[in-house]
Amino acid sequence: MLATAAMVASACGGSDETGSADGEGPVELSIATFTEFGYEELLQEYDAAHPEITISHRKTGQAGPHHQNLITKLGAGSGLADIEAVEEGHLADILDKAGQFHNLEEIGPEGVGPDRWLDWKYEAGKAKDGSLLGYGTDIGPLAMCYRKDMFEAAGLPSDPESVKPLFQTWESYFAAGDDFIANSDVAWFDSAAQNFNAMVNQLEVGYFDRQDNLTVERNPEIKQAWDQVTAAVERGQSAGLTAFSNEWNSGFKQGAFATKTCPAWMLGVIEEQAGAKHKGKWAVTDAFPGGGGNWGGSYLTVPKQSAHPEEAAELAAWLTAPEQQLRAFRAKGTFPSQVQALESTELREHSNEYFGGAEVGALFAEQAKKVPSAQYKGPGDGQIQENVAAPVLQSVEQGTSPDEAWNNFVNGAKRVGR
Amino acid sequence: MTTRTVVDTPRRQRPDRERRAGTPRRWRQRLNRWDVKYSPYLYIAPFFVIFGLVGLFPLLYTAYVSVFDWEIGSTDPELVWLENYELLLADEQFWKTLVNTLSIFVLSSGPQIVIAIALAALLNARLRGPTGWRVGVLLPYAASLVAIGIIFANLFGPQYGLVNSVLEVVGLDRIDWQADRFASHLAIATMVNWRWTGYNALIVLAAMQAIPREVQEAAIVDGAGPFRRFVTVTLPMLRPTLIFVVITSTIGGLQIFTEPRLFDALPGSNGGSENQFQTMTMYMYQSAFENFDLGYAAAVAWILFLIVVLVALVNFLLTRRFVSSGEVDE
Repeated sequence: MLATAAMVASACGGSDETGSADGEGPVELSIATFTEFGYEELLQEYDAAHPEITISHRKTGQAGPHHQNLITKLGAGSGLADIEAVEEGHLADILDKAGQFHNLEEIGPEGVGPDRWLDWKYEAGKAKDGSLLGYGTDIGPLAMCYRKDMFEAAGLPSDPESVKPLFQTWESYFAAGDDFIANSDVAWFDSAAQNFNAMVNQLEVGYFDRQDNLTVERNPEIKQAWDQVTAAVERGQSAGLTAFSNEWNSGFKQGAFATKTCPAWMLGVIEEQAGAKHKGKWAVTDAFPGGGGNWGGSYLTVPKQSAHPEEAAELAAWLTAPEQQLRAFRAKGTFPSQVQALESTELREHSNEYFGGAEVGALFAEQAKKVPSAQYKGPGDGQIQENVAAPVLQSVEQGTSPDEAWNNFVNGAKRVGR
Repeated sequence: MTTRTVVDTPRRQRPDRERRAGTPRRWRQRLNRWDVKYSPYLYIAPFFVIFGLVGLFPLLYTAYVSVFDWEIGSTDPELVWLENYELLLADEQFWKTLVNTLSIFVLSSGPQIVIAIALAALLNARLRGPTGWRVGVLLPYAASLVAIGIIFANLFGPQYGLVNSVLEVVGLDRIDWQADRFASHLAIATMVNWRWTGYNALIVLAAMQAIPREVQEAAIVDGAGPFRRFVTVTLPMLRPTLIFVVITSTIGGLQIFTEPRLFDALPGSNGGSENQFQTMTMYMYQSAFENFDLGYAAAVAWILFLIVVLVALVNFLLTRRFVSSGEVDE
């Protein structure tokens, strides 16, 4: 009851102050993020430097609930923060509702232009009508992580330079997998869905074309990726572990697979799950089958529900500036998407002890440049990836035939697209 | 209590009433009459008002939503009448979830109630430190459901789970507890049973202790053995309690959500790679909050409601029939 009263009071307070937003009364800004953005210190600093602004930070532990809450409150028409963080995988749902967000090119501060970000990162934040809905924060450029010791034991080349040819294309990758499993009793990769997602993300046209038509059934490249992955599963290359499950975590500890698709943030996950026992056994190289790719990263948006959109956009622009993003990287390892930040010596000299002292900063900065243009994501793109492709590929790992599974995949995608 | 005070009041005031005459007296009389007639309703009204707000209104509003093609965030949902229901009845996944729900329900509620009665009978025997034992069976219920879910999902892990390791040690084949439909139901039912059996056992135990000793003693005098006494005396006298236990576990069992949800390793799939353990509630959740199709989800909710009512009714009748066959009290 008290909380409700307080909320009503503060909501009234907020609307009273709308008129005096030009620097007189205090402005209350809220920002909603999920997992770790590394913003704690930054927000305090901004708060201190701007006496007219007070900032409240709403932090959610997981991405799923955060985005559910976001969509639900968009529907309800109230309750959102002034700045809402959106993850790349959920971005399509937001771009689809462009009318409910501010165009940051219009309300954002001067001088925050496309040249701040990597091209593909900037373009992906734009809705169909060309309005910019989100300022890019971090990205997840892909490289390949692998178990050095297992490669050696199976007679494959193992140092980061000489493994590169294996990770040149998906063909060479799966062929190397055949060699590997012939000489080893562990699997080549962790999960089919992890590879398939990366493959589809690299395509020029993904699950939807620009007219929002579902392409799954008639896009030969998707089918090709599907065939490659499922064939590899049938040949026994997959450990069949669902990513981020307990079994998957155990798989790292037990050394159940030899390679792992590795966005920049995955290094931390591997270190945590594989543990000190495997220090120095994991390595990473600046090669990824089929060129580059991106997995993860977020945007900051300003919903139309915000009472102080311009102040919110200013804060969002500040948070996503290269200097601040570098500090967030230092705090929580979120890899920057800003050109200047990627060039900074601090980032480029950043190395990782667990991965044998590899200069991972420079490595991922190079991988980020290899990402092809931003693939268009239709509404429901993330759902197809998460709720259709992943389970169906899991069913192949559990014994369903690839043909039957493909039908399930097409039908499931159609249901989402309905 | 209340009624008596109310009735008493005019009697005490009679002299007063005689002194005054006309309207006030009649007015007061009328007030008194109203008081007697309507006050009790006023006293119980808060429950019904709250129930109406948080129970009945959502129920009816869900029915209203279910006749629209209503997406979260859409400003102008289209009225489609029964189309959601038609789609639903032709939806393979829906029937699959219905079968899953019933299967998990039977696998959990059936053994659960039998074991609960047996446990209660054991707890009813003379034991050292009875309270300790009784609290013991309730402990699983006190544990956090989420923690239980995570622990059981770990135990039943297909590759590194303890259950499979044990199976291997005794020379049996490993079971893929998540891929196989029946195995997954069994694993989930185990989770449910572990949590709820003790709880039900305590309710049954309370009812057992309320059975008058004379009846049992009379049966002993008649020469009935312990088993015979249990079947012909105890069970029939437990009937109202068993009906209660069966109905609450029907409602809970058909709405099962958390256990299968946590059993799934894949965050997106919602009930296994081919929905092999997706329940109706999970399908409803998926429709509403993953596919953002509120109308469809509302239709699922209503069908689920009807099924719960139906199954609870059937169970009520069955329990009445079976348990009264002892023919002691009727």
